[in-house]
Amino acid sequence: MIAIIDYRAGNLASVARALDYLRQPWVITKDAEVLSRAERIIFPGVGAAGEAMANLRNLGLDRVIRDAYASGRPFLGLCLGTQIILDYSEEDDTPCLGIIPGSTRRFPRGLQDRDGHILKVPHMGWNRITVGEGSHPIMAGIERESEFYFVHSFYPDPTDPDVVKGRTDYGISFPSLLGRGNLAAVQFHPEKSGRPGLRMLENFCRWRP
Amino acid sequence: MLSKRIIPCLDVREGTTTKGIKFKGNVDIGDPVKMARNYYEQGADEIVFYDITASSDRRGIMIEVVRRVAREIFIPFSVGGGIRSVAEMRDVLLAGAEKVSVNSAAVRNPGVISEGARAFGSQCIVIGMDVKRVPASPAIPSGYEVVIDGGRKPMAMDALRWAQEAEKLGAGEICLNSIDADGTQDGYELTLTRLISTSVGIPVIASGGAGRPEHLADVLTRGCADAALIASMVHYGTYTIREIKTYLNQQNIKVREVW
Repeated sequence: MIAIIDYRAGNLASVARALDYLRQPWVITKDAEVLSRAERIIFPGVGAAGEAMANLRNLGLDRVIRDAYASGRPFLGLCLGTQIILDYSEEDDTPCLGIIPGSTRRFPRGLQDRDGHILKVPHMGWNRITVGEGSHPIMAGIERESEFYFVHSFYPDPTDPDVVKGRTDYGISFPSLLGRGNLAAVQFHPEKSGRPGLRMLENFCRWRP
Repeated sequence: MLSKRIIPCLDVREGTTTKGIKFKGNVDIGDPVKMARNYYEQGADEIVFYDITASSDRRGIMIEVVRRVAREIFIPFSVGGGIRSVAEMRDVLLAGAEKVSVNSAAVRNPGVISEGARAFGSQCIVIGMDVKRVPASPAIPSGYEVVIDGGRKPMAMDALRWAQEAEKLGAGEICLNSIDADGTQDGYELTLTRLISTSVGIPVIASGGAGRPEHLADVLTRGCADAALIASMVHYGTYTIREIKTYLNQQNIKVREVW
């Protein structure tokens, strides 16, 4: 069973529907007991870091999430879930979970593309992931030219470069795929990224870190 | 680099897809769920549904369409048409849409934009604008007027000012439809699109007038649009999305090519 962590942060149902399509059993839960028994954990999220962290603390989930990661079970962060596994987010000046050392930063203003056009924030739409050497098991079988759906104004910036498994270019090259041990975390929405995104979720469902 | 998005638009009335010309004479052309699935498989980057069901007591039919679409396609899609309140936004988002589009209701009550953005995040809130070219005047210095109620009611409001206001209120994206170009298949309104897109910090989807792949190339370059809405040119099988994307790619416009 895959547990999708419910902390009132956006539309968790879209992740569940993608898992249905892949015929993977799931449960949406904020119950620490259920989370401690789940085989795999997905930590999704849409919204703002400050409110998300407040919700996690109020529900007592901040410790549960750290424990889940420490237990060695496959753990997948999505979008805001990825941003708040770091120490700190510039969004709402928020102390975060501190599972991965580093900060979540706002895209600088005035970024330009190659033709000198100002790049809009949020970074919204389809973009590629450039994977480093060794890539990551959740990228297995995904064509290099594949694109994924992003919607965000902040990006994760881990301190340890070895944690960065993939990068995306939007005026700057920012980390879009993180990996350490049993944790994989992406800035985009695989559940909204068509076939390559579904493949990534399927890879996660089979992943044995 | 971010790809320019190609977005088929499905007008849905009582659960069936239609496409009108200049908002008049709608004809039924198919099942929206099947059409959405087909466009998803063809490489659409996003899909827009407009519910043009006249009576609000039939609204539930659209929610059921949204539920079915959400089970079958795994790209973002938005739903607009007659959405007036945060409660109605919530119904559509919970049924599985990624975004909701508000148009006339936001002109009448701009607060619905900020309420929606607070409740669901700006990325969920698309402001739909129907715009008509008029002689420039003190009330409408840009020469583009906002029109509501499906193109029927001119508001003596400047389109540029309204776009900037909507952004301030928390809209995450603008879907900009030119009434003059809509249904003509003669090309998008480039001047309008460029004016709005370069004056706001949020993405602009150009709408109205697409007939040939060249029109998309024009609006995505000279028109500075972030995305292009298409309807007739794909609904009637004149072009596939792959053909359009291949053409854009040849013009050095970055589009998503693998799906």
